Amino acid sequence: MTYTAASTKKDVGTKGKISRRYLLKRYVDHKYFFLMLSPVLLYYIIFHYAPIYGVIIAFKDYKIVKGISGSAWVGWDNFKELYTGLYFLPVLKNTLIINFYKLLFGFPAPILLALMINEVSRPLFKKTVQTITYLPYFLSWIVLSGIIIEFLSPSRGPINIILTMLDFKPIFFMASVDWFRSILVSTEIWKTVGFNAIIYLAAMAGINQEMYDAADVDGISRVKKIWYITLPSIGPVIVILLILTSGQIINDDFDQIYNMLNAKVSSVGDVIGTYTYTEGIQKMNYSYAAAVGLFKNVIALIVVLIANFIAKRWSDETIF
Amino acid sequence: MYAHKKSKSDILFLSVVYSVLTVLSIGTLLPFFQILTLSMSPIDVVNSYGFHFIPTSFDFAGYRQVFHNQLIWISYGNTIMRTGLAILLTVTLTFLGAYPLSKKTLPHRTFWTGFIVLTMFFSGGLIPLYMLVKGLGLMNSMWSLILPGAVSTFLLLIVRNFVHEIPVALEESAKMDGANDIYILRKIILPLSMPVLATVALYTGVHHWNAWFDSMLYIQSEKKQVLQMILRKIVLDGDIAAAGTEMAQSAVNTQSMKLATLVVSIIPIICVYPFLQKYFVKGTLIGSIKG
Repeated sequence: MTYTAASTKKDVGTKGKISRRYLLKRYVDHKYFFLMLSPVLLYYIIFHYAPIYGVIIAFKDYKIVKGISGSAWVGWDNFKELYTGLYFLPVLKNTLIINFYKLLFGFPAPILLALMINEVSRPLFKKTVQTITYLPYFLSWIVLSGIIIEFLSPSRGPINIILTMLDFKPIFFMASVDWFRSILVSTEIWKTVGFNAIIYLAAMAGINQEMYDAADVDGISRVKKIWYITLPSIGPVIVILLILTSGQIINDDFDQIYNMLNAKVSSVGDVIGTYTYTEGIQKMNYSYAAAVGLFKNVIALIVVLIANFIAKRWSDETIF
Repeated sequence: MYAHKKSKSDILFLSVVYSVLTVLSIGTLLPFFQILTLSMSPIDVVNSYGFHFIPTSFDFAGYRQVFHNQLIWISYGNTIMRTGLAILLTVTLTFLGAYPLSKKTLPHRTFWTGFIVLTMFFSGGLIPLYMLVKGLGLMNSMWSLILPGAVSTFLLLIVRNFVHEIPVALEESAKMDGANDIYILRKIILPLSMPVLATVALYTGVHHWNAWFDSMLYIQSEKKQVLQMILRKIVLDGDIAAAGTEMAQSAVNTQSMKLATLVVSIIPIICVYPFLQKYFVKGTLIGSIKG
């Protein structure tokens, strides 16, 4: 594990054999570091790079008995099925619509929450609100779905009981084509809003107090302080997070949707993730499902790279 | 926070803020209250129309069923074991990967980092991974739940950046005092990395406690299932027979058992999360520091 600044220096600016020898020396010098690194590299080769090799079954007619290499090539046939088949396009549409609404409503929600929490001066109240809004984040979608189904139940759910008291008909929310997407979006916000507000709260904590003091001297109202000081100050954080979140437009939340989906609402709620699962694992349609997955991954890759590029343009504060 | 004098509009504004936050908090808790109340109510109250926050009469039949249900306890144990093992493995591997990559002198450091980061952008997807796990013979074993996600690239980068920030001077001065690399690693780097490793442990723990999809994919034997999967069967599929109670045949109060199962699975989390929250917040902030 011994390494010296000298060996690094010699490496710079020299060419050919000498540099190669010093490079080798540097590797030898760092052999214990690579020994440390090797289990991690092995993990990535097995569990990340090997599945990428497995992607080629999307271009094959995969038969379990023949294996990946033995199965016949079929070119783009599996992908042609995507747009000629009956099911894929509606599924893609559902994915994009649900994610668009999650972005539209889910993105501003934590900002609003953080702005409100930031205005609270009582520490106990502040902490209580934060802790409560944080709670659903720690629970699985299975638990939350169970709770939500009960809460929205036509006979026992408080919402429906209030509706009937007001002389409306109870609504079977979970089985309603009209309501299902709204439920997906609102429950997603319910689960993550407290957690997502943290970044904004941290950004607000970093705002220079003198600006508020100066505003106080001028006798400016709280609403105006939010509008002219707080929001512009956290503006860069908002923009970066917006760009990065919009990169998720095609990545559906399988966890949530699979647990809330039922036959009655599959026409509006079936998304790429759930579709891949039923086609691939349940119907063992491996090649076709792999093609669906590959299609999604490629689109996701492109969108994320674009989003990250724009984020980099905007400021240095990128994740990578 | 910052106002000395309060104008009328400010007071109005603040009262709106306080009321909205209060309503929001109550609204967040309401569904939990409903579950708790119903789980303790007798069947006729549960099935009758109406809703109340505080139970009027008590019946713990649902809980009795849960406590007599072996499968729930077995799956509880599986989840605890899974979470514990995963934390141990993930923290170890993450540190082993992050420390060398944080070294500026590591040859081809950018390449080796890129080799890992690349997987964040592109993956094989569900089907190839499923076939791989099957091919490796991990089906129906706990390793199928732990190994495929043993390292999180995102957390690895966070740890790498954190270790990178530790001043090199610390190591150099230790070297001057004659400390060797192993000693420096154990006595300087590792202790200083504890906060970020705790974050990794926390994220990993919460993830594995709540995970169920991999268990649905890879585990066939009911006795090896994790708690969330058993919960799913009972609560979402309404599969009370799958819950393996002797009382399954008798007139079972399915509803209260479902709700009691939910409560039993939530309680440990409700008890620990206010304490975890503090570290989670810290961890999230560590993660958001520029890389």
